[in-house]
Amino acid sequence: MTMFSSRNWREYPHRYRTEASKFKKSGKTYIPKRLIDPETGDTEQETVRLPETGKVLTYTIIRIAPSQWGDNAPYALAIVEMTDGTRLMAQMTDVAMEDVKVGMEIRLEFRRIQNEGSHGVISYGYKAVPKWF
Amino acid sequence: MAAGIVGYGAHLPRHRITVEEIAKVWGADAPSYKKGLMLREKSVPPPDMDTITLSVEAAKRALIRSGGVDAADIGAIYIGSESHPYAVKPSGTTVAEAIGATPDIHCADFEFACKAGSEAMYVALSHVKAGEMKYALAIAADTSQGAPSDALEFSAAAGAGAFIMGTDNLVAEIEHTHSYMTDMPDFWRREHEFYPQHGGRFTGEEAYFAHTKGASNAILKKSGMKPSDFAYAIFHQPNGKFPQRVAFELGFTQEQIDPGWLAPTLGNTYSGASPIGLTATLDVAKPGDMVFMCSYGSGAGSDAFIWKVTNRIDEVRDLTVRTQKLLEENLTYIDYGTYAKFRHKIIKNA
Repeated sequence: MTMFSSRNWREYPHRYRTEASKFKKSGKTYIPKRLIDPETGDTEQETVRLPETGKVLTYTIIRIAPSQWGDNAPYALAIVEMTDGTRLMAQMTDVAMEDVKVGMEIRLEFRRIQNEGSHGVISYGYKAVPKWF
Repeated sequence: MAAGIVGYGAHLPRHRITVEEIAKVWGADAPSYKKGLMLREKSVPPPDMDTITLSVEAAKRALIRSGGVDAADIGAIYIGSESHPYAVKPSGTTVAEAIGATPDIHCADFEFACKAGSEAMYVALSHVKAGEMKYALAIAADTSQGAPSDALEFSAAAGAGAFIMGTDNLVAEIEHTHSYMTDMPDFWRREHEFYPQHGGRFTGEEAYFAHTKGASNAILKKSGMKPSDFAYAIFHQPNGKFPQRVAFELGFTQEQIDPGWLAPTLGNTYSGASPIGLTATLDVAKPGDMVFMCSYGSGAGSDAFIWKVTNRIDEVRDLTVRTQKLLEENLTYIDYGTYAKFRHKIIKNA
């Protein structure tokens, strides 16, 4: 956990603002950002922010969690497709495990991701919640 | 120069706990608490929600309702709360980073018991009125603490309201403000203590009522207005009863307080209370309506505001979710065990 605060800080553009790489040739968007489009080898890109809503493509339920999320178990980890077609992985929150379904609509919300104990930094970022409005 | 609210938004947790569920753990009489506090249930933040996360979501909704304000043009972010996640490290910079308002910005976290949110609003308004900056964002947010078995545990709730202040494209123009404060030992928390202490019945007459009435009467005198001139009024709501009583004693009616009187099902969102009430009131207000607002924070003081709703309200209110919808829909009721876990009331050696 040493140097956690600096790693956390480096990931702000991705975790706080869902900044992603949109490549010129393919028009494809990737998050986290990449230097090269894996399909075309293109390096020309612009930074975009993802839309807030999307749907669950697939998910798994974590029952035996890593120590920092132990108290949250069980929780769903989902691959979601945002409305612009970008795919990303996100923890799901505010949802009962029996309600998690492939195809369900979600919204990304700003949440606490993990705490470095009660003394360390708090890392924030996006989680997926059911879209209900 | 005209100044006021350009965009507003709120966020609430979806979890609720009822007075009955808390009362049964402590052997308390639920009907007498419900009647005494005029409160049925309260919101509970899950472990991954805090003052910063509530603030970010409320701020994003204020931006949606702002008619295209670029976050980079926001010159200040002030967050009023008594539950800032860090003892040392600002909440405002995280919110600024998350909405894309860094780095040319002034951030400060405000504290003043339950009045921190309205003081953030007051300072943000002053900046734009003075022409110091184009926009200033004021956020009122709390994940309130109440000691287990204390009367406060039945009401201490969570929520946030955010307001982008500016001088053009307003949804509500500020007509008057008045602040009223004295040194009042009615409620406090010392350093390193988990939960606040309060003066029990002493928090009423000399504290909440004296300051709320002090600020309200002064702003009415200053403006030359009377309660019947207003379409709506919002007061600080530590429970359901106090705001209703003070409204009636000042000459306001139930109809005037209804849209912003959220405590009966939301609980006391501390710094968020009257500001979130204002968001719910703007959600239903009509162009030209006059809106009265008065906060209260222990220690003690009240900030009073008189707002005039503009034509733009009809265009913006449904650009994002209404506060009443956050209050009434998509709810999850939890038991005391889950609540104790969510609020870190269970001791773990880890």
